[in-house]
Amino acid sequence: MGSVYQLKRVDFIFKDEKDWKVILKNSISRPAHELINELISSELKGRGGAGFPTGLKWKLTAEENDLVKYVICNADEGEPGTFKDREILSKVPLKVLTSMAVCGHVIRSNTGYIYLRGEYFFLQKDLNKAISEFEEYCREINFDFSIRIFMGSGAYICGEETALFESMEGKRGEPRNKPPFPSSYGYMGKPTVINNVETLAHTYTIFEYGAKRFYDLGVQYSRGSKLFSVSGDTPKPGIYELELGMSLFDFVEEFGDGDTKAVQVGGASGFLVPRKRFNETTIGFQGKLTGISLPTGGSMMLFNSSRSMYNVLDNYLEFFREESCGQCTPCRVGCQQLLNGIKAVKRGDKNAQYLDKLLRLTETMQNTAKCGLGQSVANSFSAIVENFREEMIY
Amino acid sequence: MINITINGKVFQVEEGTTIFEAAKQNNILIPHFCYMENVHQIGSCRICVVEVEGGKTLMASCVTPATEGMIVHTNSERVRDVRKVIFELMLSDHPKECLSCWRNQNCELQELGNLIQLNEFRYEGAKSKDVIDSSSPSIVRDSSKCILCRRCVTVCNEIQGVGLMNPHHRGFSTFIGPSEDELLGESVCTNCGQCVLVCPVGALKEKDSTVAVWEALYDKTKTVVVQTAPAVRAALGEVFLYEPGTLVTGKMAAALHQLGFNYVFDTNFAADLTIMEEGSEFLERVKDVLTNKDKKSVLPMITSCSPGWIKFMEHRYAGQLPHLSSCKSPHMMLGALTKSYFAEKMNIDPAKLFVVSVMPCTAKKFEITRPEMFKDGLADVDAVITTRELGRMIKDAGIDFRNLPEGEFDSPLGLSTGAADIFGTTGGVMEAALRTVYELVTGRELPGGTLHIQPLAGLNRIKTASIKIGNPLPEYSFLDGVTVKVAVTSGLRGAAELLDQIKNGTSPYHFIEIMGCPGGCISGGGQPRPVNDAIRTQRMKAIYREDEGKPVRKSHENSDVMLLYRDFLGMPLGHKSHELLHTIYTSRSKN
Amino acid sequence: MYPVSELIKNLADQHGRARHNLLPILQGVVEQERFLSEYSMIEIARELDLPASEVYGTATFYSFLEYKKMGKYVIRICKTITCSMKGKNQIIKTIEDMLKINVGETSPDGNFSLLQTNCLGFCHKAPAMLINYDVYTDLTPERVREILTGYINKKERED
Repeated sequence: MGSVYQLKRVDFIFKDEKDWKVILKNSISRPAHELINELISSELKGRGGAGFPTGLKWKLTAEENDLVKYVICNADEGEPGTFKDREILSKVPLKVLTSMAVCGHVIRSNTGYIYLRGEYFFLQKDLNKAISEFEEYCREINFDFSIRIFMGSGAYICGEETALFESMEGKRGEPRNKPPFPSSYGYMGKPTVINNVETLAHTYTIFEYGAKRFYDLGVQYSRGSKLFSVSGDTPKPGIYELELGMSLFDFVEEFGDGDTKAVQVGGASGFLVPRKRFNETTIGFQGKLTGISLPTGGSMMLFNSSRSMYNVLDNYLEFFREESCGQCTPCRVGCQQLLNGIKAVKRGDKNAQYLDKLLRLTETMQNTAKCGLGQSVANSFSAIVENFREEMIY
Repeated sequence: MINITINGKVFQVEEGTTIFEAAKQNNILIPHFCYMENVHQIGSCRICVVEVEGGKTLMASCVTPATEGMIVHTNSERVRDVRKVIFELMLSDHPKECLSCWRNQNCELQELGNLIQLNEFRYEGAKSKDVIDSSSPSIVRDSSKCILCRRCVTVCNEIQGVGLMNPHHRGFSTFIGPSEDELLGESVCTNCGQCVLVCPVGALKEKDSTVAVWEALYDKTKTVVVQTAPAVRAALGEVFLYEPGTLVTGKMAAALHQLGFNYVFDTNFAADLTIMEEGSEFLERVKDVLTNKDKKSVLPMITSCSPGWIKFMEHRYAGQLPHLSSCKSPHMMLGALTKSYFAEKMNIDPAKLFVVSVMPCTAKKFEITRPEMFKDGLADVDAVITTRELGRMIKDAGIDFRNLPEGEFDSPLGLSTGAADIFGTTGGVMEAALRTVYELVTGRELPGGTLHIQPLAGLNRIKTASIKIGNPLPEYSFLDGVTVKVAVTSGLRGAAELLDQIKNGTSPYHFIEIMGCPGGCISGGGQPRPVNDAIRTQRMKAIYREDEGKPVRKSHENSDVMLLYRDFLGMPLGHKSHELLHTIYTSRSKN
Repeated sequence: MYPVSELIKNLADQHGRARHNLLPILQGVVEQERFLSEYSMIEIARELDLPASEVYGTATFYSFLEYKKMGKYVIRICKTITCSMKGKNQIIKTIEDMLKINVGETSPDGNFSLLQTNCLGFCHKAPAMLINYDVYTDLTPERVREILTGYINKKERED
């Protein structure tokens, strides 16, 4: 291991949750604006990958004048290479439930849902147990908040918040047009806060220790810590809580097997970084300090030199082709024709210049697809095709 | 009002206007595809994307609201580039068989191509679907041509409330239709054809009947009779590039003669006859309900001219079937009379008669296959062609439609009154019926002097009117002081609303007119494209113009109808009428 | 009344008959029956007063709502990138050999169906699979044989 790496391990999320009752009680005795300001000053951004400021999200929803509002925990963790939400829900579920209830207090909602992906069916039993315990305490302290689990049924796209609402409403999980945004028009057309599991767990940390403790971690624009799901060619796959703002070089020093040729940051819809860019890449949100800064839901997949990047891309495209909702033209047809395209180049039916035409296609998808799924296919496609062009052809 | 800058020019538009509408209002054309007027936009095709300054991605102009100070570019390099790619993607999953496609030169994908001007196909690849379903007598679904714009989904669900056309599966495997193995012909499809009307390509079309008609025309042993529905004359002109709302009654009759039909009759004649029968039925029901509780008559009575509506009711409101008038639809009446009255009069073997109906409707193709519509093994009507199909036949025959002289309908089933003309539009059947019923009951014309009942006209979903009967003729004294309440709706969503009231026992009406298609037959599933509210209004105006220009505007004053009663039928609701002009309905409910 | 009609009625009583109760009802039927037959979907449509085509359109959107007859145990092998890199093909081959079926098929005795699925969220323990709702990770051909033998014996004991 190199001696200068600056990965900073943090231990907040999985730290025991035994104080949840105190934190719940204290938090709901504070006025909503105070909690919102606490979140805003922590600069916590959504940990699902998109990075929307959490405090602002709660604030916007709190400002809506509807009598019915919802708090939804997005546990449709489907991004390839991500498995941290599962771990949170199985190890510290009460933190998540507490944060949902506090959110309910802030936005004036008494109904929470956890949208749990179908693949995590086995979590349901224990989670329901935790919910019973939690609701019982809420009754004890006369706090009106209920939480139900809504099971998904195998559709990656339902992690997209508006698709998730559609799914909960009993429909095909097809993303809606935005605007309107969930803060004014969410589940059942009502103002809704929808947060990723990990985001909620961080808000617990903030309510427990205050915004400053959180803000002091990380770097400018990327405050706090983040769970990373590490997999692929690594000697130590698993889940790690690290400070944001680390350089990818340091990350690979720590987690690589010495032969890392590329890292997929943020899952199939994220960014592929080749070795030559490790140094200039930091992991965090926009507003880069130096070089490239990549937001992520925390999926870190390492590939060593034995891996064919053609196979990797083929695998991603197959994934998107199946998981596209089928609604908008660029994504529905685009994913399929990209897959056909790289296969044709590999077989020699099309020449190498065809890859450039396919790049135009991904640009179009990035610019015109209805939701993030179609828009993000370009990320890994262009990185792989541009950096590993020979592997695409021969 | 807000200010929006489009392509360098500042415009003021109302708040809530989409970018697309804002551009359209100011004569800036944004190529579009899945867009449909007056409904929720799904924004699925992405053809109409534009560049909004400050936006990360491009935005679908049909779903993005214009906001104050927004700066939009509809033709920037970026927009034009991606538009081409999206169009190529659409084409990559579409068979390029334009020359043999029935939509050739009448296809929105081709029109889009004309705007976008491709010069290469960069993306070739898999085709997602290949099912052709021709099980229905009305509609053929060719999924290979479907480009998933979902307009049919919108009309079938949101406008018609039938809920049959839906997306299934996911990703590239997504297809639109009834479920995987369900055939249109065996489904709850009402055959209304509104999906056919909005399909931009050749994925949904009417089942072709022109081949059968040509064969009959070439068959020297057959006497071929044709009849045309009231709404056809108000729209056929559009096929020959007349302005919407141009009446082409005379040229249409001339063209039909030129095509070789032996007799050109007018469904309008039977519309007058329908009023005689249906009006009498209504009065009989009212009399039963008011004076004779033993009889099982029920009110409100509902009109029965629209076969799409009838099938919808047989599926969804089977318990309410007794509310339907027992009258066959006008063209079925005319078919039955052609093969009885006319055959007898001309001494033609009915088996040698071939009756063709030109209809604005795809459901009529199904209607003629109903077992009740046969007598002694002979169909009342042998073939139905739509307005569009007639247009195709006229073109195919090389007839110079625009330069035809004015022709006429033939006797004895060709004369009609203004009341029959308005059958083609929503509210028309009710107005025509009330013109006759009111006068039968009171001996006076409908009050107001115009013979119109204004509240029943127009495109609102549900329209109502009340008419107080005062001072009736002695035989109708039971109606003295009664206020007759009527309702009119077009489109099956409205029909469901009115039927739910009947089901719940809360319907305040005595008489209801229902037409299956929004706007009535003028925008039936067999009419020329496109159909939107502006075109509906033009066609509607034309129909009223035709009515107002007629010397006789009340069905009971149609002299040929009176002759028919004197010489053949006897009286309305008489024995012969029941045999030829009335029908029964069947529950199709699975409950 | 068919047992499945009874099941659907009970599920509708339990969850409610509004549109937003559709998914739990579909899931409930799959949990019992392992798949949604055309009959089930029509029954659900009737129970919720929805067009059958909408029920079908919704069900076929979700990959865990199978609409073809499945075996008693549905094996889903993760095929996404990490599992793919860590030898899922070998796992599939092992199962195919052992059960004498290919991916997408159900064993003739109706006990096992073999499917592939997208990311299960166990990339750090790849390759992974689900058998019905139970997860198995860190698979090797030996381990898979053991696991399946367990299921086969369990099935025999139950019979």
